[in-house]
Order: sequence, then structure tokens, then C-alpha cells
Amino acid sequence: MMTELSYQPLQIGDRSFSSRLLLGTGKFPSGEAMRDACAASGSGLVTVALKRASLKGPDAFADILDYLESERYLILPNTAGAMDADEAVRIARLAEAAGLPKWVKLEIHPDPNYLLPDPIETLKAAEILVKEGFTVMPYINADPVLALRLQDVGCAAVMPLGSPIGSNRGLETEAQIRIIIEQARVPVVVDAGIGAPSHAAQAMELGADAVLVNTAIAIASDPSAMARAFAAAVAAGRCAYEIGLGHAENRAVATSPLTAFLDSKS
Amino acid sequence: MFSDHFSAETLHQLNESSRKATIEQVDAVLRRQGPRSLEEFAWLLSPVATQRLEMMAQMAQRVTQRNFGKTIRLFAPLYLSNECINICKYCGFSRNNPIPRITIPVEQVVEETQKLARQGFRSLLIVAGEHPKYVSNGYVEEVIQRCLPIMPSLALELGPLETEPYKPLVRAGCESLIVYQETYHPETYKELHTAGPKKHFKWRMDTPERAYQAGFRRLGIGALFGLHDWRFEALAVAAHARHLHTHCWKAQLSISVPRMRPAAGGFQPDLKYQMSDTQLVQTIAAMRLLLPHAGVVLSTREHPSLRNNMVQLGVTHMSAGASTEPGGYSSFDESQWVQTKDSQEGEQFHIADERSPKVIADMIRSKGYEPVWKDFDQSLVTAAQGVA
Repeated sequence: MMTELSYQPLQIGDRSFSSRLLLGTGKFPSGEAMRDACAASGSGLVTVALKRASLKGPDAFADILDYLESERYLILPNTAGAMDADEAVRIARLAEAAGLPKWVKLEIHPDPNYLLPDPIETLKAAEILVKEGFTVMPYINADPVLALRLQDVGCAAVMPLGSPIGSNRGLETEAQIRIIIEQARVPVVVDAGIGAPSHAAQAMELGADAVLVNTAIAIASDPSAMARAFAAAVAAGRCAYEIGLGHAENRAVATSPLTAFLDSKS
Repeated sequence: MFSDHFSAETLHQLNESSRKATIEQVDAVLRRQGPRSLEEFAWLLSPVATQRLEMMAQMAQRVTQRNFGKTIRLFAPLYLSNECINICKYCGFSRNNPIPRITIPVEQVVEETQKLARQGFRSLLIVAGEHPKYVSNGYVEEVIQRCLPIMPSLALELGPLETEPYKPLVRAGCESLIVYQETYHPETYKELHTAGPKKHFKWRMDTPERAYQAGFRRLGIGALFGLHDWRFEALAVAAHARHLHTHCWKAQLSISVPRMRPAAGGFQPDLKYQMSDTQLVQTIAAMRLLLPHAGVVLSTREHPSLRNNMVQLGVTHMSAGASTEPGGYSSFDESQWVQTKDSQEGEQFHIADERSPKVIADMIRSKGYEPVWKDFDQSLVTAAQGVA
């Protein structure tokens, strides 16, 4: 049996989460597989694309929300599909009107191929939604200045990408993510591109507050087992970060370097 | 515009390059995980590449799952009218075919849309023949406005328009435009389209770009396979898609590879242009590797057994339970979803997969994929009612 790892809870806005793994709910082979993987991950925060849900009331053919127990998870509506600030703001308001939490994962990608976020529209929408009282978590490219600007307007977290959505390429933006973490006043959630538990652990060891994983779990042959593997990696990475990792050196460090003679002088 | 760059000569050369490709060239492309150019794409369509078909299929599956998940999006076509001013030799709606002509009134469109919604559909493809009088912009606009509260996603497949007349349709809430070139081979195009505005090869070719300028956010292109050499058509579709990918960068692109079906008029395609199942799979796999993010549509033109197997093979969108006759759904039995009328003489072509939407959804599930009915919300494009 795996030893229980303990680490500080994740605090975003006014909510605290024991798990530092966030899940996306798209791309799964069935609603049941998605529900089971979310449960297996231990996550308390899962994001749902509003375009896949019914905002007008129950709909048996757009039932993605039915698989998620609202007492178990904070459901984080996301604005995937929005191409500009107006569309994102509109759909966030509709989600709230439909009774979803007044939280939003702000995703504005005018490019439907790599789904890279539009920084200008994201900042505009964030400003509006924060003023309206939303807890706003923007998905952004790993741009440290943008991350700061979004914190300045009151975002509750920033979500820089490791690499493009679904690419499984890991932390290609590591150098920028390090700067974002160093300068952050709010939680940094590394989102997108995390294709293996080792990528998730790497992000956590760097000091990211959480990671969001979707594709790598959703299309695994056993999504629940893969969700557990990611949960373990996130926990291990976070623990190691809190304990403090040794500084990496490029070469072996001799135990008696140039100054050893000083000790033998007496 | 794509027509400024289009060169049948270049496509002929690529076709030659495809036929002469070696297995070493194919393997080199596969080692790089996909083609970097149209020439490399041509090699994947080559006769020798069939030796690597399983490997191509597996790569295509992996790429599709990464970008689209284990999901298939479902939609239904809804035919408004079979009135048409064009003469196209292969099409059931061709104006010289003696079929009963009908344009269904808006009320009936709404009823059929509700009926399709009860079957599960949340995405509709509105289709009509080209006829400015019967299928007027005002009529289409009214159809969009009346159907949107029922169907969150509406696509159009109508006679091409200029940019300006497209704008009111976008404002009404339509987000997707489909237009197939039918054949990209200029001589064949000329021979098959003998009268009507569809005669204009280049004007049709530039329709997706005019639609994009008008604000459509999803564009669908394709060729009707069986009218000319399939490799030539596949190369042309790929060239067109690559052009749209860079010139219409905000648009989500989908590609369709429809094969000829029997239709009124009795057009007999040249058998040498027939595309086999193997060639269809090869084309879809190669398209997926060239265009990892493009949607790939497979309609009810294809037989059930092929459709079942294509779920896992690069396809992302499927139609189901379709009627290609205006007003056709009005006589469908709702519990079994079967046509209760004896003859469908007003249809565009006869479909091959007549299974009900429910049966198709169950089939998709049995393959380990989720049938997705709703993947778009009208609130993205139209101001919501009741919310400031």
C-alpha cells in the first residue's frame, strides 16, 4: 500500500482543496468513464466546457454535468469555444444564471487548431468578470507579464500552458513558468500539454500550486488507473517541493575541495 | 483567394509523384510522424503506401484521439428544398430531372427540427438546392431564427453567395458553412455542370473564404469522389484545406470524403474513377496526418459496416438517421426512426446507412467512443435572452 503523503491544501479564492490535481472532462469515451476517473483522481475541482452542457435545463443528450456530483467537486465552468472577450463573458454569465458556481476558467482561443489563448481578449474578459464578482482562472500562454497583469485585475489563479492542449509534450515552457511562479501572488496551475505523470511531478517540483490534466487521462486505455497515477505524481512532486529539493549541480562536488587544507591546519 | 493559387497542373504533377512514390519515401514520412508538404502527402496516397496502411491507420487514430478524444460528434441533415436552377449531371436535384419539387414551409422545418431534437440531435446541417426565388435569403434567415432555440448548432449547405448576403445569416446565429467543390478537375467540372451559376468553377472554389469574411467560424470542404481520379481530388482537397488553414486561421475546418451514390437522373460515373474502401481509408488516414486538427466527416452515404469501422479511424463527425428529401422526416416513425412513406422520389441521393440515431449512438459506444450530440452553444454567437 502506498504511504500517505501529506502536503498543504490548495487555496483558490475562498475555497480550499486537498488535492492539487484538477481534471478536465472532455474527450472521455463515456460519461461513466469520466465520472470514475474524476473520482479516482481524488480531485475536488473539475472543469466542464459549457458548450457541451445544457444551460437551459435538463437535457438527456447534453448531460455531461449529470455525471459530476456537485457536493464532491467544485464544478469550474470553462468558456471553450469563445473566440473573443464578449463571447466568453456572455457564456460565463449564462453559466451562473443556470445555477453553476460563480467561477470561470477563462479560455479564449480564436485559433481552433492549437487552441492557443488570446492574451488581449483574455485580459479584457478577466477584468469584466472579476468586477462582476466571478472567481476567474484564466488559461494563458506562459507569459509572465500577462500573468502579472491578470493578477493586477484580480484573477484568483493563473493557468499557464506547458505545451499546446492535447499535445502531451510536457513543460516546453518551463523557463517562463519558473518566472511566473517566482512572481505569483495567486496560485499557478499548469494547464495543457501534461502528457505523463512525470510532467505533472516536474511542474509540482518547480513550485506550481496545481496541475490540470485532461487528454492524457481521458484517452488512456484505463482512465481511472491513469488518474490515480497522475494523483500520485502530483502528490509526490508537491511533497518534494515542500520538503525542498537539493540544488542540481552540473558536476560532482568533491567533499574536500580547495579549502580542505584550512581544517587540517590547527 | 484559393482560386488564384489553384493549379491543376501542379496537382497532376503531384499525382504523378504519388503513383511513382517508393516505399522508402513513404517510410521516411511515417518516421517523421506525418507529411510536411503536399508532395509528402501525395506519397502517402501512393499505391506502395497501401503496404503501410495499418501503420498509417494507427497513427491517424492516435492523432485523432489526442485532438478530439474518444468522441464522435453527431449531426443530421435537414433538406429545405430540392428546387434548383443548376444542371449537374450527377445530382438528383438537377433542374432537368422530373422529380416532384418542393420547398418546405418554415412551420414544417420547425416541426422536423423538433422531431430531430427528440432523437437527440443538437447539431443540424441545413441543405437546399440552389434557387434564389424558393431558397431566398429571407427564408433561410427565418429558418435559422426559428430553429436556433431548438438546435444550438446550425450549419448551412446552400448555393454559394457573395460575402454580403452571408452576413445576415451569420447574424441570425448560423456558425458553419459547408460547400463541396464536387470535382477540382476543371475539365470534368465543366462537363458535369452544364447550366446555372454552379458552372463557375472558381467562384464556387472561393466560397469558403467569402463565408469566412462574413463571419462563419466553421468551414467544411470536400469533393464528391467518383467524378474524377480520386488521388487528384484528394490532393486538391488537401491543398485547399492547407490554404484555408493559413488564410482563415480562426475557422475550424472540416473535410468530407463523400463517395458517389445512385441518384435520380441515372448518372453513371466512370468506373475507373471509383474509390475503393482501401483507398478511402488511406485518404482519411493521410488527411489526418497532414491536417491533425481538421474535422473529418463521414455521412450516411457509406454502408453500415464501413461506418462502424471508421469510428476509430480518424473520423470525428457522423450524420445519422438521415433523409435527403425535403420534408422527408415528416413521415418518419418516431419510435423506430424508419421512413413510413413508400417512395422518396424527391431525394437528392439514396443513403446507404439507414440505421436510427439511437442505433448509431449505441454502435459508437460499443466501439469505446462517446457519441457527442451537443458541442456548441448558441449563446457563443447570439446575445442571450434574459441575461444582461
